[in-house]
Amino acid sequence: MPVLGWLDTYLVSMVDGVAFGLLYFTLAVGLSLVFGMMDVLNLAHGTLYLGGAYVAYLLSDGGWTGLAVGLGAGVALGLAGGALLAALTQPLARRGHLDQALLTLGLSIIGADLFLLAAGGETLPAEAPAGLRGSVELAGHAYPAYRLVFIGIAAALALAVYLVFERSSLGALVRATVADRDMVRVLGVDTRKVLFGVFAAGAVLAVLGGVLGAPILGPGPGVDAHVLVMSLVVVVVGGLGSVRGALLGALLVGQVDTLGRAVAPEYAAFLLFGAMFAVLAVRPRGLVSVVRTAP
Amino acid sequence: MTATTGTVTRPPAPGRLAVLAIAAAVVVLGVAPWVVDSYVISLASKVLVLGLLAMSVNLLTGVAGLPTLGQAAYFGVGAYAAALTARTVTQAGLVQLAVAVAVSAAVAAVTGIAVVRTRGITFLMLTLAIGELAYSVALEWSSVTGGSDGRAAPHVVPLPGMGELRLDGYIYLWVLAVFLVLFALVSAVVRSPFGLALRGIRDNEARLRAAGYPVTRYLLGAYTFAGGLAGAAGALWISSQQFVSPSEVGFTVSAMALIAVVIGGLGSMSGAVAGTAVVVLTRDYIGGQLDGRGPLLLGIVFVLAVYLLPRGLAGLRTAFARPRAAGARGAGPAAGGDPPTRPPAVAAAAGRRGPSDSDGPGTLP
Repeated sequence: MPVLGWLDTYLVSMVDGVAFGLLYFTLAVGLSLVFGMMDVLNLAHGTLYLGGAYVAYLLSDGGWTGLAVGLGAGVALGLAGGALLAALTQPLARRGHLDQALLTLGLSIIGADLFLLAAGGETLPAEAPAGLRGSVELAGHAYPAYRLVFIGIAAALALAVYLVFERSSLGALVRATVADRDMVRVLGVDTRKVLFGVFAAGAVLAVLGGVLGAPILGPGPGVDAHVLVMSLVVVVVGGLGSVRGALLGALLVGQVDTLGRAVAPEYAAFLLFGAMFAVLAVRPRGLVSVVRTAP
Repeated sequence: MTATTGTVTRPPAPGRLAVLAIAAAVVVLGVAPWVVDSYVISLASKVLVLGLLAMSVNLLTGVAGLPTLGQAAYFGVGAYAAALTARTVTQAGLVQLAVAVAVSAAVAAVTGIAVVRTRGITFLMLTLAIGELAYSVALEWSSVTGGSDGRAAPHVVPLPGMGELRLDGYIYLWVLAVFLVLFALVSAVVRSPFGLALRGIRDNEARLRAAGYPVTRYLLGAYTFAGGLAGAAGALWISSQQFVSPSEVGFTVSAMALIAVVIGGLGSMSGAVAGTAVVVLTRDYIGGQLDGRGPLLLGIVFVLAVYLLPRGLAGLRTAFARPRAAGARGAGPAAGGDPPTRPPAVAAAAGRRGPSDSDGPGTLP
C-alpha cells in the first residue's frame, strides 16, 4: 500500500498545510475584496498581521483570558488600522491606483521599522494558552493541539465570512459593488461607506489572523512581507474579488507550500512558482473569476 | 502619474546646455575617487549599481506603464550567476557581466510570458510574488546559492590580463565605466522606435493594437531587456561587494528601486539615478547617523513624496521650467489629440502584420 504509506508519512505536513492555508485566507480575503471593489492594493496588509501577532505576544498570559483580551484588542486595532488606511488612501483616489499602492508600501516600511524599534530583531515566541500547549494523537502521529484548534476557529471564521458574503443582503451589496460600482452608486448607495466597511472588516480579519496565528507563525522582522506575499499569491491563484476564490486559493497554496517543503525542501519555492504559473496559464483570471463591468 | 495623453512624442533631444551638464557630471563622477574618502566612494558605487536596477524598474514602470515590485529577482539571478562564474570560471568582470545578462534575460523571458499578459496592479502583484518566490529560491536552493550564508566571490579583474581591483576607488571606476555605457544604451533604447512604441502602449494600448503593433511581443521584449539590465546591475554588485545573499533578492530591494523611480519621476532615467541617490543617502548615510533608523526615515520621505511630488523630482524641473504648461494632463485618450509621430522602422514593423493602409487615422500626414 504505497499510497497509504505516503499519506501516513506526510499526514502531519498536510494538516499543517490546511492550518497555513487558513492563516493566509484571513489575510487574502480582505486584500481580495478591497482590491476587487476599489482596485486599491493594500501593501500594508502584512503589517496588520504583524501588529496582531505582537498584540498576542504582549497579552498572552498562558491562559484563556489573555487570548480573549488579545482578540478584543485585535478587533480594536484592526478597526483603527483599517480606518486609518482607508482615510489615508482616499485623497489619492483621483491620482490612480498605483499611487495608492505606493502609499501603502511606504506605510508598511514605516510600520516594519517601528515594530523593529519597539520589539527588536528577534522572532518572539508567542505561547498558546496552557491547556492547548500539548500535542494530541492524530492517526498515530503526535500533533500540536493548538494547531488543530486554530484550524477549527479559522475554518469557522472562513465559513462566517463566506455566509455573510454569499447569503446576506450586506454581502449582496458588497458583491454588487465589486461587479459594478457605478450602478450601485446610481441606486443611491454611498459606495465609499461600503468600501470603508470592507476595508475595516478585512483589516480586522488580518489582525485576528495575527492574534490567533502568533503561536504558529510568530512575530518578527520580515513576517509582514512573507504573509503579504503569500496572500498575494493566494489572491492571484484564487481570483480577485471573490471569497470562494480566496478560500480555494489559500488551501491550495498552503498545501503546495507546506507539502512541498516536506517532500522536496530545496525545490519548494519552484513548486509554488510552478503552481501559480500553471493556474495562470489555464485560467488567467484565477480559479474563481468574478465578472466585473467596472473598470 | 497615470495621466494619459493622446500624443506619443519622442522625448526632446538633449540641448547644448544638457550636453554640457552631462559632460560636467561625467567629469565630476570621474575625478571623485581622488577627492572623497573611501566610504563615500563605496556609497557612490552602490548608488550607480542600484541606479541601474532603478533604471530597469523605470523602463517597465515609467516607460511601458507596468509597475513592478519584482526586479530584484533578476538582479539576484545576475548577482548569483556572476558570483558563481567568478568562483568557478574566471575573475574577468566582462565575462561575469555577459553571463549575468544572458542568464537573467533568459529567466525574465520565460517568466515574462505569463506576466506581460496582465496590466496595472495585477502586474504589480504578480511581479511581487515572483520577487518573493525568487527570495525563497535563493534561501532554499542551497546547493547553488549557499542558502542564508550567501556566496562570496573573489575580487574582480575587469579584463583578462589586468590586475585585481582591491581599492574602492578602482572598483568604483570599473562600475562607473559599465554604468555609463549602459546608461547610454538605455537612453538610446528609450528614444528608439521601440521605446516610443512602449510609451504608446502605456498611453493608449488599444490604439497601438488597432494600428497593428504586436503589443504582447513588445512588452515581452521590454521585460526581457529590463531583466537583462537588472542582471547587469547584479554582476556589478558582485564586482563592488564581492558577496551576495538572499537579502539582496528580497522585497526590500525591489521596493527601494521602485521608491527611487517614484521619487525621481516616472519615465526619467536620470531621475531614477537621482532618486537612487536620495534613497541610498537617506537609508545608509543619514540613517547610519540616526541610530540605524534609515528605513523609518526612508518610509517617511517616500510617503511625503507620494503625497507632495506626484511627478517626482523630474516633475519639479518641468514645473519650474514651464509653469502651468501641463494642460495635456487632463486630456484623456478619447480626446485624440495629434496623431502619434511614427518613425519609419516601427511603421514597417506594423506593416508586416497587415496591409500598409490599415494604420488608421494615426499615421504620419
